[in-house]
Amino acid sequence: MDIHEYQAKEILADYGVPIPAGGLAYSPEQAAYRATEIGGEVWVVKAQIHSGARGKAGGIKVCKSEHEVSDAANELLGKKLVTHQTGPQGKVCHRLYVEAGCNIDREIYLAFVLDRENESVTVVASAEGGMEIEQLAVEKPESIIKIAVEPAVGMQPFQAREIAFALGLNKSQINQAVTTFLGCYRAMRDLDANMVEINPLVVTKEGNIIAVDAKMGFDDNALFRHGNIAELRDKSQEDSREMRAADRGLSYVGLDGNIGCIINGAGLAMASMDMIMHAGGEPANFLDIGGGASPERTTKAFNLVLSDDKVECILVNIFAGINRCDWIAEGVVQAVKSIDLKVPLVCRLSGTNVEEGRKILKDSGLPIIMADTLQEAADKAVAAWKEATGK
Amino acid sequence: MAIHLVESTKVLVQGFTGQIGTFHATDMIKYGTNIVGGVTPGKGGSKHLDLPVFNTMKEAVEATGATASIIFVPPPFAADSIMEAADAGIKFCVAITDGIPSQDMIRVKRYMRRYKEADKMILTGPNCAGSISPGKCMMGIMPGHIYMPGEVGVIGRSGTLGYEAASQMKQVGIGISSSIGIGGDPINGSSFKDHLAAFEEDDETKAVVIIGEIGGPQEVEAAMWTKENMKKPVIGYIAGLTAPKGTRMGHAGAIISAVGDSAAEKVEILTECGVAVVPNPSSFAPVVQAALAKIS
Repeated sequence: MDIHEYQAKEILADYGVPIPAGGLAYSPEQAAYRATEIGGEVWVVKAQIHSGARGKAGGIKVCKSEHEVSDAANELLGKKLVTHQTGPQGKVCHRLYVEAGCNIDREIYLAFVLDRENESVTVVASAEGGMEIEQLAVEKPESIIKIAVEPAVGMQPFQAREIAFALGLNKSQINQAVTTFLGCYRAMRDLDANMVEINPLVVTKEGNIIAVDAKMGFDDNALFRHGNIAELRDKSQEDSREMRAADRGLSYVGLDGNIGCIINGAGLAMASMDMIMHAGGEPANFLDIGGGASPERTTKAFNLVLSDDKVECILVNIFAGINRCDWIAEGVVQAVKSIDLKVPLVCRLSGTNVEEGRKILKDSGLPIIMADTLQEAADKAVAAWKEATGK
Repeated sequence: MAIHLVESTKVLVQGFTGQIGTFHATDMIKYGTNIVGGVTPGKGGSKHLDLPVFNTMKEAVEATGATASIIFVPPPFAADSIMEAADAGIKFCVAITDGIPSQDMIRVKRYMRRYKEADKMILTGPNCAGSISPGKCMMGIMPGHIYMPGEVGVIGRSGTLGYEAASQMKQVGIGISSSIGIGGDPINGSSFKDHLAAFEEDDETKAVVIIGEIGGPQEVEAAMWTKENMKKPVIGYIAGLTAPKGTRMGHAGAIISAVGDSAAEKVEILTECGVAVVPNPSSFAPVVQAALAKIS
């Protein structure tokens, strides 16, 4: 689960990470009021959306008067911002964060990630801040500093010092940097975050260290023990279909193709999508219906897949282990009857109780195209889609 | 011989008396797995499915001589159960539980470093369908009947995709020595590489199939290891060619977030390292057949 910049900053500030003065605004008036409250002469109005690269998308405005703050707020609220992380559909900005501007001398990249190779939290830093890490990895790989944290004892001050010195910080900045690094690590560990990114961490002309941006992502599997973090979820920033799927115990990812998929198991779902592509089609979605799929859940899966207007054919591929083909077949029959299906449906069942399952589909009298193997299922789905749409 | 689990393997079920534990323990017993009891804290001294229930793993191991365990404990408590198994002297552990927090798994992995290599428990999963040595022992939630005994080892992250591969091979008469599920989580107990080493030493196994997917370094690590150490042919498939970057595809670990995470990149490295790549998921059987034909 992702949270907004202002939420991440509030959390990190509690762990001793220095952040600029700032305040949240839902209207231009509120934004101007925040600017007055903060004081100073330069403010930054920042669109709060769950994405990086907001600056390039026009989501960050530097303002020199309260009037400009109000204008910037007026422009940003309700605006759809498109970045390479949001995809072409973009994300709508409903909240603004107004922050005191600062005199930037240097920008540093700092991130804490769950490193799958080391099976630990790894600190990634670079003196070349402002750039994104992917870009850094390609253009300035030698600038990247990496330190793995030993999980049994946590991050040690000497590690934080090593990073600070490697970044070329001077003596008076080292302690501030160490507090910042250790604070980020403790926040990550205490709250089960899977990512903390500060890009940039700024050294001001006055010589202070301050987190100008902050991003945190949390482990969904650990939210059960962090009720206060779970409350930060902003559903307006999440794909509505993926969210509805999660609420129904299904795992769904919307894609660009036309063939809707209903499959059990994440690996088989990905493989079936690959098979559709191999057969000359394009999958409309990833959907893992999970183990123990009841007829109700199957109906929900159909409704979800069909809520995507692009879907012109559906492929059901079930390899039943815990599931039973007869249950799935009953679910498919019920779903097709209740939703008046208008697109062709290809169904491949395999595994536990496969004969019973196939019989139920056949006896239903519904126009379901049956397939025995994965190959046949993908071929038939693509053929049915072509026939139905004339493509 | 098969690896890790055979007819004589004595198996304990952790989370034995719960609904899921009961369902799958019944199934495993029916398959012929030598289940010798289970653990549910607070229910020690009672009987379940005609088998003894214990309060702790130490008691259970002492009383039964079990060397393997399978875990159906809910996610908030599963990491604790894994460490309890390791400390009780279990040698092979299957963690079925899906949804264990990543940092819990980091702690589990750190904890296991306290044991000497020879005493260390082999952990598979979490978030896996389990492992099976067909006709001998099943520790998992898979439909046992789709696995035919034979000479090919299988290691995979996904459950149902593993079933798909096993049934395609069965169609053409290729059987399996052992199939090991390593699970779909970002931090898991063991990787492809760990089990490749076991299969290389197993007399009964002639070739090994690895079934990977997007996300994480494990397939590449396995490919490099194969190139240096494997004499037996290795066949590989990577799911997720059509998966977009930065989006989690069901499994917590199936996300392209770093260089080398995508299916296309992994396929390239597998090929370079001499792994026979299965080009699409309906072609497991012909590629395995061709690999077997080469060595006979």
